[in-house]
Amino acid sequence: MFTHSSFDEVEEEEGGDSFDIHLSVSDPEKIGDGMNAYMAYKVTTKTSMCLFKQRDFSVKRRFSDFLGLHSKLASKYLHIGYIVPPAPEKSIVGMTKVKVGKEDQSSNEFVEKRRSALERYLMRTVKHPILLKDPDVLQFLESSELPRAVNTQALSSAGILRMVNKAADAVNKMTIKMNESDAWFEEKQQHFENLDIQLKKLHASVESLVCHRKELSVNTAQFAKSAAMLGNSEDHTALSRALSQLAEVEEKIDQLHQDQANADLYLFSELLGDYVRLISAVKGVFDQRMKTWQKWQDSQMLLQKKREAEAKLQFTNKPDKLQQAKDEIKELEGKVQQGERDFEQISKTIRKEVSRFEKERVKDFKMIIVKYLESLVQTQQQLIKYWEAFLPEAKAIS
Amino acid sequence: MMQEEVNEATSVLSVYGHTIKVTEVLQDGDTLTFIIVSQKLSGTGEYHVDRTYEDFEWLQQHLYAQEDVPGLQGVIFPPLPVRPQVNASAKVMKQLGFLGLGEWQPYCKALETFLRQVAAHSILRKNKTVEVFLTSTDPPGRQKLRRNIFNRLSQAVEGLWKEGHKDVDEFFHTERDHNLVLTGHTRTAAEKFLDVVLTEQKIAVACGHFAAALHICVENGEDPEKKAFSRVCVKLSEVFDSIKKNMTSIAVNDMNTLGLGLDLDSRYLEAEKEMLFRRTCKLVELENARKNAERAKPVKKNAMEEVKKAAEGEFEQICKVAKQEIVQLNQEHVEMLQKNLIQWCEQQLQTAKEGADAYNQHLQAFIAMA
Repeated sequence: MFTHSSFDEVEEEEGGDSFDIHLSVSDPEKIGDGMNAYMAYKVTTKTSMCLFKQRDFSVKRRFSDFLGLHSKLASKYLHIGYIVPPAPEKSIVGMTKVKVGKEDQSSNEFVEKRRSALERYLMRTVKHPILLKDPDVLQFLESSELPRAVNTQALSSAGILRMVNKAADAVNKMTIKMNESDAWFEEKQQHFENLDIQLKKLHASVESLVCHRKELSVNTAQFAKSAAMLGNSEDHTALSRALSQLAEVEEKIDQLHQDQANADLYLFSELLGDYVRLISAVKGVFDQRMKTWQKWQDSQMLLQKKREAEAKLQFTNKPDKLQQAKDEIKELEGKVQQGERDFEQISKTIRKEVSRFEKERVKDFKMIIVKYLESLVQTQQQLIKYWEAFLPEAKAIS
Repeated sequence: MMQEEVNEATSVLSVYGHTIKVTEVLQDGDTLTFIIVSQKLSGTGEYHVDRTYEDFEWLQQHLYAQEDVPGLQGVIFPPLPVRPQVNASAKVMKQLGFLGLGEWQPYCKALETFLRQVAAHSILRKNKTVEVFLTSTDPPGRQKLRRNIFNRLSQAVEGLWKEGHKDVDEFFHTERDHNLVLTGHTRTAAEKFLDVVLTEQKIAVACGHFAAALHICVENGEDPEKKAFSRVCVKLSEVFDSIKKNMTSIAVNDMNTLGLGLDLDSRYLEAEKEMLFRRTCKLVELENARKNAERAKPVKKNAMEEVKKAAEGEFEQICKVAKQEIVQLNQEHVEMLQKNLIQWCEQQLQTAKEGADAYNQHLQAFIAMA
């Protein structure tokens, strides 16, 4: 179990490698058959950092391995205030389709979504300077065999939410309401509450957009077919040819719409989904601070009681009991001091983590937006080509 | 459209047909009133009149009910759009199709096309009611005419079985088959294209929502990271406003060119179908008259012969007019579709170029945002 002080030193030794890792999750491969089947993914690491034994290596991992990694990291770091990136969601429906061998567009989409989500999850994890150095992370990336992870329900995003809600209940039951003397925390907590709501709205908005784009693709394809039939039934040769060309153009445009829908989906929708889950992790960390505070307060109250009891014992003639009481008090004083230190440390850590989160957030969004804009520009240029090719056909009709 | 010759003695139209415009539509409760402007032939200005849908129907009825116009039944009557409805039900919206979109702009265009086609038609333009409709400041009389040879109800009762009646003429036999096939496919294409346009509009709306939702994420404060994130949200919101604008433009282009084109095509094919049906009915009538004349007893023989001769004469006239109309329709069909396809392509090309420019600007701005 880590304590806080052990990390100050680790973070201070900045004189190590500069961050240089490129991760990819690729080549999803179905292993086995029926309900015991699973997808194995290839995890490739390319790096120049001396943290690793090699510069370019890959391993095979399955989904539960990723969940297992997250579970371990969460149990080590969450309670001391580190925002551990949440692992992708489990999906019974999605996986069942894969298991029973359904090879259609929706199950391909599911596998691709998952592959991409696992990649983003790993990248976020290694970008964290403390997590990167964790032996479990290194083992995950390097070791060819990994012990099978069990009990992976532990800390999925839903799990974190449950934990947050339990903590919230605990807060309500607290005997002493935490007197938030630190305005920063109060403000930040409110900020993350708001952000949570806003991101969910944005996410819903994008999902709706993706849905309509897919619909447009379907409708365009149908129109293309009807234009082809119309072209076939026209007597006038040039008109007939133009209409057939029209049908072809529309089919190509349909493909463009599909590609655009994918861009909307994989870029924005997934990004927003990631951040909704990240916010849960952030909230979890704030609640851990509350718990730490509570523990400290509980120790203080217990110390107070013991002191009162000791005072009473002074007037009785029970030297053994008195000594025991004095010993217990000494122990509790130590606990109280530790509790205070823990609380201060977790507050300090959270401030750093939040600052890191906000920096990363801006970078993340910018990167995705640039990718998205590039895809938009490309689509438009393709469209221009198609229309320029069709124009002479239309003009050639009579 | 050909420029109209003005020196026909029988012509009564005092405006340039190709200048007719439906400039505005006014809504008063459930009533829609259309403002129609046309240029006087005399060059002394314009006529401004206001008409409701009932007035258009009045015009149409009068055109159908003309007497002493040989071969009138062979005319392919320019199709009038269906009755518009304020706050239309789903059923009416489906009937209107493209014409129900965009605040009645496409509908006005369709009415305008109707009037221009009527004014350009060599037989129809001679009818006084066209002149009255376009120039009289008072709304034309709205009484329903009793005698209406095109009463659809009676046609339906008379027997749809006639539609399949074998033809005596190769030209018409082919045209009837062709019309049947083409009508179905054109209507399907129009419906599918409408689905495309409606989805494009939905996407534009969704982009607008996303852009608005991003503004809610903007935070106040001096914190540099907060400011940076707020800037990102604002810029992204602008991107999605651009996407919305682009999508809206695409939908409008679709609507105004190919959409209206397919819609008009579809309605004209229906009008041709109706004409062909009238001719077929006349053919049946003629064949019956021939049979009656053959079988008639000597007493009735002369009378039956007269009836037969009249029927033959009428049928011949109808076929003559019908052939001209069909040839012209086929030619205009190709011209119009070509014009629409070119316009559609040019407008979409323009929109795509504007989109590429806008997105590129946004991209450069984001990359520059250190």
